[in-house]
Amino acid sequence: MTTGEDHKTSGVGKDLIVYFCLLALAGLQFLIAYQDISASQMFVRMLIVAVVEAALALLFFMHLWENRGLKWFVLIFTVAVILGMQYGWTDSYRLLDGAPWAK
Amino acid sequence: MSQAEVTVGAHAGLMEEPTFSVPAKKMAMWLFIIADSATFAGCLVAYGFIRNATPNWPRPFHSITNVAIMTLILLTSSLTMLFGVTSAQKGDKAGAFRWTMITAVAGILFAILHIREWMGMIGEGATLFQNPWGTPLFSSLFFSITGLHLLHVTGGVIALIVVGLRYQGGRYKADDLEITGLYWHFVDLVWMFVVPLVYLLNLSH
Repeated sequence: MTTGEDHKTSGVGKDLIVYFCLLALAGLQFLIAYQDISASQMFVRMLIVAVVEAALALLFFMHLWENRGLKWFVLIFTVAVILGMQYGWTDSYRLLDGAPWAK
Repeated sequence: MSQAEVTVGAHAGLMEEPTFSVPAKKMAMWLFIIADSATFAGCLVAYGFIRNATPNWPRPFHSITNVAIMTLILLTSSLTMLFGVTSAQKGDKAGAFRWTMITAVAGILFAILHIREWMGMIGEGATLFQNPWGTPLFSSLFFSITGLHLLHVTGGVIALIVVGLRYQGGRYKADDLEITGLYWHFVDLVWMFVVPLVYLLNLSH
């Protein structure tokens, strides 16, 4: 049986692990920046790492992991809004390359 | 039994549970964070749109040293904030105050490095409306996005100092420190997206 004090101690240990994971992931982003790949490939890789970093920070640093209802509330609202913003990407390609989808 | 206890007892069935069992103040901070994440997402998507639609986008950054140090400081400040909140929840008032002030100092250090970087870019001829590297949209977006983040860091530092002092003075509780911590972690979270999109993708090789 664990006491409240044990829980707090293990909580600090968990925070340290998450912190070092975040540092490693941030380092990975810097390594990707020096890879000899196209800008779009670099963008996708960096974005995936950033999403993993954000998920770790949200779940463990902001303690969203401990509240199931709030976790889904935040996730659904935020993801829905961010996904809704993606409607304009095709237009940015149209500006760059003409109107490929208008043909 | 006092009159107050009788009154509360009579209305106990009518009192609602807080949403998701989260206290109202904390829920308000979560709603603010959701709204603010939409603001930053809007800025970053607009940046991505313009970057994608602009040929020969400038890549003016030569070194990652400054931004790497800034990232390290901000990530570490999130950890010190967690230590502060944990100390407060354990009832260690002095420890909580100390860690909160260390977090605030880290925030000030981050802001100083950020302004130093801005001054370097301004010294090279970059302003909000023009820059020597190509499309003026680059510096408009760079200063707008990083400026919005810097504004959040500055607000966070002020909040940390005020809440930390009031917590030490006994006016605020551990919960208030935790809520300020949520905001600080959010500022850190936003930086995780600003670094790759605004800095690392514009690194000259």
